[in-house]
Amino acid sequence: MCLAIPGKIVKINDSHAQVDFGEGVLREVNITLVETRVGDYVLVHAGYAIQVLDEKEALETLNLWNEILRSETENG
Amino acid sequence: MDEKRRFRNPDLARRIAEKISKLAPREKPVKICHVCGTHEWTITHFGIRNLLPQTVEVIAGPGCPVCIVPASEIDEAVKIAEKGITVTCFGDMLRVPGSTMSLLDAKANGADVRVVYSAGDAVKMAEKSPDREFVFFAIGFETTAPSTAVEILGNLPRNLSFLVSHRVIPPAMKLLAEMRDLNLNGFIAPGHVSTVIGLVPYEVFPQDYGLPTVVAGFEPLDVLFGVYAILKQIHEGRPRLENEYSRVVRREGNVKAQKLMKQVFSMADGKWRGLGTIASSKLALREEYAVYDAHTRHGVCIAEGVDSHSGCMCHLIIIGKSKPNECPLFLKACRPEKPVGACMVGIEGTCRIWAKTINRQSHVL
Ligand code: SF4
Repeated sequence: MCLAIPGKIVKINDSHAQVDFGEGVLREVNITLVETRVGDYVLVHAGYAIQVLDEKEALETLNLWNEILRSETENG
Repeated sequence: MDEKRRFRNPDLARRIAEKISKLAPREKPVKICHVCGTHEWTITHFGIRNLLPQTVEVIAGPGCPVCIVPASEIDEAVKIAEKGITVTCFGDMLRVPGSTMSLLDAKANGADVRVVYSAGDAVKMAEKSPDREFVFFAIGFETTAPSTAVEILGNLPRNLSFLVSHRVIPPAMKLLAEMRDLNLNGFIAPGHVSTVIGLVPYEVFPQDYGLPTVVAGFEPLDVLFGVYAILKQIHEGRPRLENEYSRVVRREGNVKAQKLMKQVFSMADGKWRGLGTIASSKLALREEYAVYDAHTRHGVCIAEGVDSHSGCMCHLIIIGKSKPNECPLFLKACRPEKPVGACMVGIEGTCRIWAKTINRQSHVL
């Protein structure tokens, strides 16, 4: 139920958008709750986009993790 | 944006597991609680508990939205359906037991119960059959409640009303934090609920309860780095709130979703299956939208129901005090295809997740 899946906005029609969930799965999603545009990745839950994914933050998280793993000096 | 490839890297997983082992306490065990069925799925499916040292335990709190709906509210939905009204609900709500029957039982007895994928589908369905009365059984946490609000604020057909059973998560976390015999040492906060509510509602946990709290995503690495961050905070003796899931969770959350929820709902005390009544944990329709309240429109109000069925330990599973395999009925009298309790019904129910995974070599990492 709280499962939310990322998908890419391919077409916007007023309050709804066609979202590509990969492997050819296209679904209509209500986008009232987010500010989004074609090409964005959104997190979709029960037919509604609830947030736009931030690619920059995703890369930063991965960088941070790599940094944590590299740090030999810290305790742990 | 290949989430799976990037956030499931087995090499990184093994390396962070090593770091976790180094940070883990030697003697006094640490107990970390998550409150989301999707976290339980990730942890069980990817065998994350096997990667953790013996002194680090991750337990599942009340994160399955269909499991925590009390029997009395299911009884209301059943009663409405028995009046000849079409009840629409999410798929995994169908089989959740009420006091004597589930919505699926009501359907088998001839009631019109239909599964929808979203609140918007219920609206469309009602529009297509203007001569029938429809009710949408609106369940779910803050992830789902905004979608109900969107529909209520939209152009609703006159033949649709809402049985609102939405609950909010932070009050349930507070209850767990205050359970002395649960002895929690930290929270993994639910990523998708957090996309909506943001970080502020969790500040109380490190501040007032001294519990490290980390908002985490749902890929295996998200959970492992969440556990690592909590252990590090414990090690440093500095509990705080961290956001590991910054690729979707912003500090302020989804402000528009919050605004719509506030516009449509007010807070009320609500019962949770297995937990009793929790103050200010339920969303109720505001006065202005009372015409869409299925309770008043169809004259149904049931205060008490039978939440647990003979032998079922869901009330302990829901708060992480017991594990599914400690229930004598697990995979015997109670199985996914023939569930006894709510935790074996909901796709995010702990018993169901364990049952579906136990016989599979799904330890991908
Ligand atoms: S295994 Fe079945 S009977 Fe036992 S606690 Fe879980 S849902 Fe209840």
